[in-house]
Amino acid sequence: MSTDTAETVSAYAPSSETLGAVLARADRPKRPSAWAASLTFGWRAILKIKHVPEQLFDVTAFPIIMTLMFTYLFGGALAGSTGEYLQFFLPGIMVTSVVMITMYTGVGLNTDIEKGVFDRFRTLPVWRPAALVGMIFGDVLRYILAATTIMVVGLILGFRPEGGFLGVVGGMALLVVFSFAFSWIWTMFGLFLRSEKSVMGASMLVLFPLTFLSNVFVDPGTMPGWLQAFVKINPVTHLVSAIRSIMAGSPDMAEIMWTFVASAVLIAVFGTLTMRLYNRK
Amino acid sequence: MTAPAIETAGLIKRFGDNTAVAGVDLTVPPGTVYGLLGPNGAGKTTVVRMLATLLRPDGGTAQVFGRDVVREADAVRSRVSLTGQYASVDEDLTGTENLILLARLLGHSKPQARDRAAQLLAAFGLTEAAGRQVKKYSGGMRRRIDIAASILNTPDLLFLDEPTTGLDPRSRNQVWDIVRIVVAAGTTVLLTTQYLDEADQLAGRIAVIDHGKVIAEGTPGELKSSIGAGTIHVRLREAAQRPSAERVLAAVLGTTVQQGSDPVALTARAEAGGSERGAAELASQALARLAEAGIVVDDFSLGQPSLDEVFLALTDRPGVPA
Repeated sequence: MSTDTAETVSAYAPSSETLGAVLARADRPKRPSAWAASLTFGWRAILKIKHVPEQLFDVTAFPIIMTLMFTYLFGGALAGSTGEYLQFFLPGIMVTSVVMITMYTGVGLNTDIEKGVFDRFRTLPVWRPAALVGMIFGDVLRYILAATTIMVVGLILGFRPEGGFLGVVGGMALLVVFSFAFSWIWTMFGLFLRSEKSVMGASMLVLFPLTFLSNVFVDPGTMPGWLQAFVKINPVTHLVSAIRSIMAGSPDMAEIMWTFVASAVLIAVFGTLTMRLYNRK
Repeated sequence: MTAPAIETAGLIKRFGDNTAVAGVDLTVPPGTVYGLLGPNGAGKTTVVRMLATLLRPDGGTAQVFGRDVVREADAVRSRVSLTGQYASVDEDLTGTENLILLARLLGHSKPQARDRAAQLLAAFGLTEAAGRQVKKYSGGMRRRIDIAASILNTPDLLFLDEPTTGLDPRSRNQVWDIVRIVVAAGTTVLLTTQYLDEADQLAGRIAVIDHGKVIAEGTPGELKSSIGAGTIHVRLREAAQRPSAERVLAAVLGTTVQQGSDPVALTARAEAGGSERGAAELASQALARLAEAGIVVDDFSLGQPSLDEVFLALTDRPGVPA
């Protein structure tokens, strides 16, 4: 195999005819739209998954472990039985797992951006955010995979959503929208922190309070007042309430609106900061 | 009159306290290979990154085909391509996937992108490796896929940042041939290199850069004659004969002779500039005199000035070895 490669290399001699032919100046195609460029970068993310499928481990194994662990850990104590607890807990653990997985967007960007290929991307005359938007599009697939995995595990364990199939899909869709917006926090960290490890560290610092200090695991009613105040403004709380209501078949429009507003604010603030850093890098 | 491919005036870039580029003026005529020659850390790559719109200058101006690299960055981007020091392709993807990805980003339709990728892979002798991930390519193949990616749309200006660093001689020659063909097709090339030899082979004009400044500029011939035509390296059979060999050489060449750390080695510049005689003639005289003096010479060569010697001559201090 390696001798084959060596022979191919030595056999190559640049020919002015064939090379000259590819260098002939043709009309340049029209620059792609922002959407088309983002989708093309999304295709790149899918190709990377295709070449390294092991990277899907963290969006399948991790959510399964989270779901099993907390269901059996808290189920009996908090709700009398794991089956009871699951009705309350499953939408929450789905949010927790997927929101935690969003941090890999930052870790991935941090290692990816150091590679020479980003120099090429940034010298292309395309819509600037496309490379990052496309990257998150690829991650959205991972979020969908993780959410689906948890839902399947939940259904096996006995989760019975009143909202039926549509409720489940609707809830997952809202989660994906929020996670797309939330990812921009990590693209920002991925660009300004120097190493993969510091991105991980920073994201844990944000993710643990945001997911645990919410209504995911228990009813906030027993918490001290100051903590309830935080839980109330925590966007994860609103997201979990919204998804619970959708999956239960009685969508709470106020909570859903809150989630959309939070998503818009996240993109506006962190998307802008990310693009600033990206242009300066 | 057409605008120069590149024109910079007083270009400056600072990284914290370090001034990487300290006022560079360049004018590169279209349709030529222009060499930026200098040691590691001289500021060559920083100049290229500013011209390729990857870095914002802290001072001065830079224009590519008359367009400002900061204010009209998108117009510049549509006419240039960059082949960086490290492969500017995605190493996780295959050769074909890389080229299709970039062709799509340049606006080609799916079938067009596929055709263009196949055509380029064939022209660069990579058809067999098309389905393999780029990280499994050899150094030479990587360079070729990188250059192929740069000419998906034939650029008007191609930046080649140290295109042959780390390549074996055969792959280096392939890259040189490719560069010649690219220029013949009408693309201007800005080449950075640490090797005088490479700049000499390819570039019509060269700017020598050190500490972020251009310290010399001209055709390769002008640069070389300004620092002497070459260097004579002598190895003697007997270390004991070195003092007398040194006297003979000094008399013939009229320059100081350096004794190497090797006890049988001597090195001297062949200063042809001051006299009518060429460096080769000087060298043959030196060899004859050594023989007359009964000094046994095992090895005798006349080499081009190395980058180190260019630096010694231009700055009175040795260049940083690569």
